[in-house]
Amino acid sequence: MRHLLSVTDLDATAATGLLDTSDRLKQALLGREVRKLPTLRGRTVITMFYENSTRTRVSFEIAGKWMSADTVNVSASGSSVSKGESLRDTALTLSAMGADCVVVRHPASGAAHRLAAWIDRDSAATGTHTAIVNAGDGTHEHPTQALLDAATLRERLGSIAGRRIGIVGDVLHSRVARSNVFLLATLGADVVLVAPPTLLPVGVRQWPCRVGSDLDAELPALDAVMMLRVQAERMHGSFFPSAREYAIGYGLSTARAALLPEHAVVLHPGPMVRGMEIAPEVADGPRSAVLAQVSNGVHIRMAVLYHLLAGAQQ
Amino acid sequence: MNGTANDLLIVGVRPYGEDPVDLLVRDGVVAEMGPGVAERHGRDADGGAIDMVRLDADGLVLLPGFVDLHTHLREPGGEESETIETGSAAAALGGYTAVFAMPNTDPVADSAVVVEYVRRRGEEVGLVDVHPVGAVTVGLEGAKLAELGTMARSAAQVRVFSDDGRCVNDPLVMRRALEYASALGVVIAQHAEDHRLTAGAQAHDGVVASRLGLAGWPATAEETVVARDCALAREAGAALHVCHVSSARTLAVLRAAKADGVRVSAEVTPHHLLLTDTVLSGYDPVHKVNPPLRTAEDGAALRAALVDGTIDVVATDHAPHAAQYKDTEWAAARPGMLGLQTALSVVVHALVEPGLLDWRGVARVLSERPAEIAGLPDQGRPIAVGEPATFALVDPDGVWTVRGATLASRAANTPYEGMRLPATVAATVLRGRITARDGRVARHDEGQGTP
Repeated sequence: MRHLLSVTDLDATAATGLLDTSDRLKQALLGREVRKLPTLRGRTVITMFYENSTRTRVSFEIAGKWMSADTVNVSASGSSVSKGESLRDTALTLSAMGADCVVVRHPASGAAHRLAAWIDRDSAATGTHTAIVNAGDGTHEHPTQALLDAATLRERLGSIAGRRIGIVGDVLHSRVARSNVFLLATLGADVVLVAPPTLLPVGVRQWPCRVGSDLDAELPALDAVMMLRVQAERMHGSFFPSAREYAIGYGLSTARAALLPEHAVVLHPGPMVRGMEIAPEVADGPRSAVLAQVSNGVHIRMAVLYHLLAGAQQ
Repeated sequence: MNGTANDLLIVGVRPYGEDPVDLLVRDGVVAEMGPGVAERHGRDADGGAIDMVRLDADGLVLLPGFVDLHTHLREPGGEESETIETGSAAAALGGYTAVFAMPNTDPVADSAVVVEYVRRRGEEVGLVDVHPVGAVTVGLEGAKLAELGTMARSAAQVRVFSDDGRCVNDPLVMRRALEYASALGVVIAQHAEDHRLTAGAQAHDGVVASRLGLAGWPATAEETVVARDCALAREAGAALHVCHVSSARTLAVLRAAKADGVRVSAEVTPHHLLLTDTVLSGYDPVHKVNPPLRTAEDGAALRAALVDGTIDVVATDHAPHAAQYKDTEWAAARPGMLGLQTALSVVVHALVEPGLLDWRGVARVLSERPAEIAGLPDQGRPIAVGEPATFALVDPDGVWTVRGATLASRAANTPYEGMRLPATVAATVLRGRITARDGRVARHDEGQGTP
């Protein structure tokens, strides 16, 4: 694995390998007084975020630090980015400084692919190697989110193959949905999407999943339900009439959560809009794996950095 | 009558790929044509060779010079991507003898001053007839009609008006433009895109864009505007030209309008004939274009529509962009691709090789119909005695590999990089003067003799 740009870079073996590494790292750190492994000592990991994000950036930073990598955070505001430097020049500059890994979040779909192409072209000439990790590109993908979701599902359900996972909400604009649909399908899950037709991409029928329209009808057969974030601007774009009507049709209320089987898990990538997407009682209830997702996020990102930066030598 | 040094002799060429003939060109006009013309005129009374320009064209196909209704030459204002000089060179090398330069320059070609500048620069360069297209609305802003009459009556003699790059979205402005144009005898060329349906759009609204997370440009945004404009053109009795038709769905609208007697013509680009949105998977913005590349089904329907005449012409939408506008993330990149030097090869590859179009058909879609739509009296003419000697000489057996860096355009944004394509332009002749030969342009201040 040279870069992690899309979950389709991973076959079932590679994805399972990352989940296993994540589990091992989690066990290794459990109960330790000093949570620091020497694995990536002397390696430099740069996070380059062109969109605001607290949880993902901090998660990558902690992952790097717990493995003794030097982590540097670049944010778009206050850097050369805001002076009009192109993405290409910024990336090549960071690579020339000796970054072993650049973790990038960008509002343009495909930005991580472009970065990897530029860096590969450049490294062919200079002999340097910088790995690119996609930490969310536009409405395309967010591979480490899907991996941490898979880690959480496997932890809670014991397995992923054959499990039925519902993904509910704004699929059209969701990079989390795209990464999850394709990763969960790779891992053998049975995925069903539930959303208003305005929030489904036109090509969704070609995806390895089923599309349902009645959330209540799907819930009793689900092993897990993943609620997607609905961004405020969608409410002004005629995607649905009102937050109230959305909540009635697609929100995970307490009554609706009661339709889930006893063992079923509730996930949300955060940040949550409580009341509209998910009732507070459900978000904080015993089925909720929301905080487990966050803590697994650190271990998954450690596993990704480990496979990218140390994997070649192992 | 023997030849003189000012004459051009074209020897052994096959008009429309048919039986070989020789042509004697005098004063820019075909003076004689037939077998044995070279034998009669190539030597003086004593049998010595006459010093006249001679094009040995054995096996070459002779076509009327190509006419491109849709070119972006970028000058004034975008000289980092193309100039009238470099674009004219690309045109001549591609077999073109006339191009229509779109008005989305800086300043916009919405006044007599700018269109006359473009026309004059084209004449100074002298490689191809450069016809400026005037803007329909001031600043391409879609609100206020530009001075169409003044531009039409100016030295530039503008015959085609377009806000290309943007759609004249307001139905009332479009209605007025068509009505006003009908009295001037000019054509309104519409970039059909309902901007409300394409807000933020990055790629064809289909399977590929859905997977790539690129906001969709739905085919309905084209279809609905074309339907509306055909209705408006019918009422106005005006001539409407539809730029770069990209979707199969638009074709049914065009068929119905044509059957109904609406004065509507339509163009398709080489890239929409050949390429599909499946090439987008690597997010290389060289494939970003407006309207976007669509599906294989759309491509097949467009090819069939060009053959049956629903679509009249192939127009390049040649859109040079310097590297800094293309070597970016997808969303930041400008839409458009080079086309002048690859159009013929793409048409041959997509239509002639599969047997959909013969050379007479190529002449129709690349030369005759575009000249007719724009009302050019001396382009797209039959190959015959007394007609202007304005030609493309094509080597049908030539094969070449496209390299953006070696094309004549200042920019290199070709989507065909590395592709091996059939058919090469051996020479281009504009009113008896060679403008390109064997891959090199011949400027009019240079000698015309054989090197």
